[in-house]
Amino acid sequence: MQVLMFGWEFPPHISGGLGTACYGLTKAMLRAEMDLLFVVPKLHGDEPGEGMELINASGVEMHPDDEVFQSADGKISLFEIDSTLLPYATEEEYLKLANELAKVQQVKKLQWDAKTYSFSGGYGKSLMEEVKRYAIVASKIAKTHDFDIIHAHDWLTYLAGIEARKISGKPLVVHMHATEFDRSGQHVNPAVFEIEQTGMQAADKVVAVSHLTRDTVIKKYGIDPDKVITVHNGVDPPAEKSPVDTTKHFPERIVTFLGRVTYQKGPEYFIEAAHKVLQRDDNVRFVMAGSGDMLPRMIRRVAELGMGTRFHFTGFLRGADVDRMYGMSDAYVMPSVSEPFGISPLEAMRSNVPVIISKQSGVAEVLKHALKVDYWDVDGMADAIYGTLNYPGLRSMFKKHGKNEVEGIKWDQAAHKLKKIYHHMLHE
Amino acid sequence: MNICLYFQVHQPYRLATYRFFDIGDHDQYFDAYANRFILQQVAEKCYLPANEVLLELIERYGDDFKVAFSISGMALEQFKAYEPKVIESFQKLANTGSVEFLAETWAHSLVSLKSKKEFKAQVALHEQAIWDLFGQKTVSFRNTELIYSNKIAQMVDEMGYTTMLTEGAKHILGWRSPNKLYNSAVVPGLRLLLKNFRLSDDIAFRFSNREWNEWPLTAEKYVSWLQQVSSDDDVINLFMDYETFGEHQWKETGIFDFLKAFPGLAIEEAGMRFKTPGIVAAELKPETELDVPYPISWADEERDLTAWLGNELQDEAFEKLYQLEEDIDRIADEKLLHTWRLLQTSDHFYYMCTKWFSDGDVHKYFNPYNSPYDAYIHYMNVLSDLSLRVQNMNGSATPGK
Repeated sequence: MQVLMFGWEFPPHISGGLGTACYGLTKAMLRAEMDLLFVVPKLHGDEPGEGMELINASGVEMHPDDEVFQSADGKISLFEIDSTLLPYATEEEYLKLANELAKVQQVKKLQWDAKTYSFSGGYGKSLMEEVKRYAIVASKIAKTHDFDIIHAHDWLTYLAGIEARKISGKPLVVHMHATEFDRSGQHVNPAVFEIEQTGMQAADKVVAVSHLTRDTVIKKYGIDPDKVITVHNGVDPPAEKSPVDTTKHFPERIVTFLGRVTYQKGPEYFIEAAHKVLQRDDNVRFVMAGSGDMLPRMIRRVAELGMGTRFHFTGFLRGADVDRMYGMSDAYVMPSVSEPFGISPLEAMRSNVPVIISKQSGVAEVLKHALKVDYWDVDGMADAIYGTLNYPGLRSMFKKHGKNEVEGIKWDQAAHKLKKIYHHMLHE
Repeated sequence: MNICLYFQVHQPYRLATYRFFDIGDHDQYFDAYANRFILQQVAEKCYLPANEVLLELIERYGDDFKVAFSISGMALEQFKAYEPKVIESFQKLANTGSVEFLAETWAHSLVSLKSKKEFKAQVALHEQAIWDLFGQKTVSFRNTELIYSNKIAQMVDEMGYTTMLTEGAKHILGWRSPNKLYNSAVVPGLRLLLKNFRLSDDIAFRFSNREWNEWPLTAEKYVSWLQQVSSDDDVINLFMDYETFGEHQWKETGIFDFLKAFPGLAIEEAGMRFKTPGIVAAELKPETELDVPYPISWADEERDLTAWLGNELQDEAFEKLYQLEEDIDRIADEKLLHTWRLLQTSDHFYYMCTKWFSDGDVHKYFNPYNSPYDAYIHYMNVLSDLSLRVQNMNGSATPGK
């Protein structure tokens, strides 16, 4: 089975969880004996392909007479791209093309100087353009490769997936790693929402990373429940790391929040819970590790509550400092308002740190040895923190089972489930 | 063939959501609203209608139909407080002379595994309650969750009981039949009635299960199974939760019709007699002695204690609970002692069981908490407050300390 897969990033050049997830999933798919063509906007040459064919969208040559400019139904699939940036051909060539393709109405001043487009592959200002352009390159790739099924990861690649489907007639799976509601709360970007919705409507199957996400997809995007399937993420075993110094220079126990300080992650609930715990238990310190748009407000709130000597901000942590933070922690809290999956509690559990996670996270669906509270239930969260710190039975249970449980959450399960879904689609 | 029907009646005092900031602030540990609500529901759905059915059966079959109940002290106390008609209904049954009330630990507790003194105190309390309400002097004993061991047998014997009920656990019986009377290897005077778990669970657990290849279970089919028991056997012990009727198995499953029909069929068509544990134990001669060095119970496949004790959460909570015994004894405060006993109920430890992570839908069904961890935190918060109170009262009870 040959799968044409569209991603946006690939290790080591990643900025979010999407790249990590794609990497873990694709490796497991190879182990499950599926063949993969994995397309990314930009390859740096140091990506560990490990048996799959990586396709660099930036290296795909486009010609004006490429049939890919026309999709199967004869309609032009060009998107509204700021034409001055259109990279595909020389001006003369484009004009020629435009004449041939009568439905292109407006041709503005164009700059034709390259046959390939160099994607940044990032999340910058021209993201929307890149997304659309990626779709055009995708149709060329679909035309020139053999495959049985198309799989697109997150909205950035959905238009690419749709184009590939139009050209090839092969079934399309779109994978929801996160929805616009997770990222932005109620203030959704309508353009992104529209691409997500269009992608899911056009897809033959939608894969959601948790039941929580599946629910969002059905309720907020109006997608037919019959075609939405949950495939929980897995985790890769950690890379060998050199041991870090986790010495604490004070006797109090540490409760940690580690993540972006943004609406989605629910940092304010952590602060309110900390305040409640501190009213009763002075043998504890709280740490908020991370940065984000809500950080200034959070610092002000901590000051307002007068607990600045017990509540600390570390800013953004990376690499060894993250491990050090886990190593020092006595409890880890993930109070996310909306978390499609959420991998950080698993990292904490690997370091034998008991975790308290919000019920509004996908990871809560797969974890047993964790305390689960509603993100808004500040009393429940405070109670869970206090219990974890003060009742030794919890600590020993988590120590005994937590690590094992994390090691049992594998990408191979996800890959096998996906294989079944593909199989079903191809033989329906 | 003798049939021995015993029904367990129990309702715990469920804990309220008690947060750590309540510790030291107030002692409203129990969810009075939920306890009342659940008790009234179960009374309506199960106790009252099931008692009606039994009363009709007793009236109809006279001496041939007798049953036994064990009603925990906490259930009795909650009936009195929330739904006194249930007590009256049991009194009506008691007045027929065809019902035996068994003795148990007042708090439906696991105290037999921990403290002889408190165990005996709770049994005495329960004996008194049965005497006061039903005018019966208890002659048979059943321990919480049918937990039994040689050590427990000795304590029960010391209290003057000659009959005790327990589980027909396979690993104890081996090839032997549960349908015989046995006696204890350490105190031969104590006769043992063993639950026939297959025939009991056919009603209690499987009755409404549509995936069971014997579904639907009719009275005719069930009585034919009772008849298949070897003619060498003496008694079939059908022990189950009374809540089976109308609560675990809903009325719509036909469970009440079944209860109405099968005793009549067994008596009239198969010549069987329904007797109480006290009568069976007096009439039969023990087959052989049973040696039970490690405690057995009626729970799960293992028939051991792991539903209540064994994981770190349960063990710690259990230890901390009984660490208070000496102080509570010394302080001798009625309310404190009562509260401590309410916290001894086996249900609290059952909620902390982690076994249902892998199996046991049954555990999940009976658990009001999202997870054993939630159950543990709530319980420990309450226990922390109780410990504080004990410390404070201890301080004032023994000045200078």
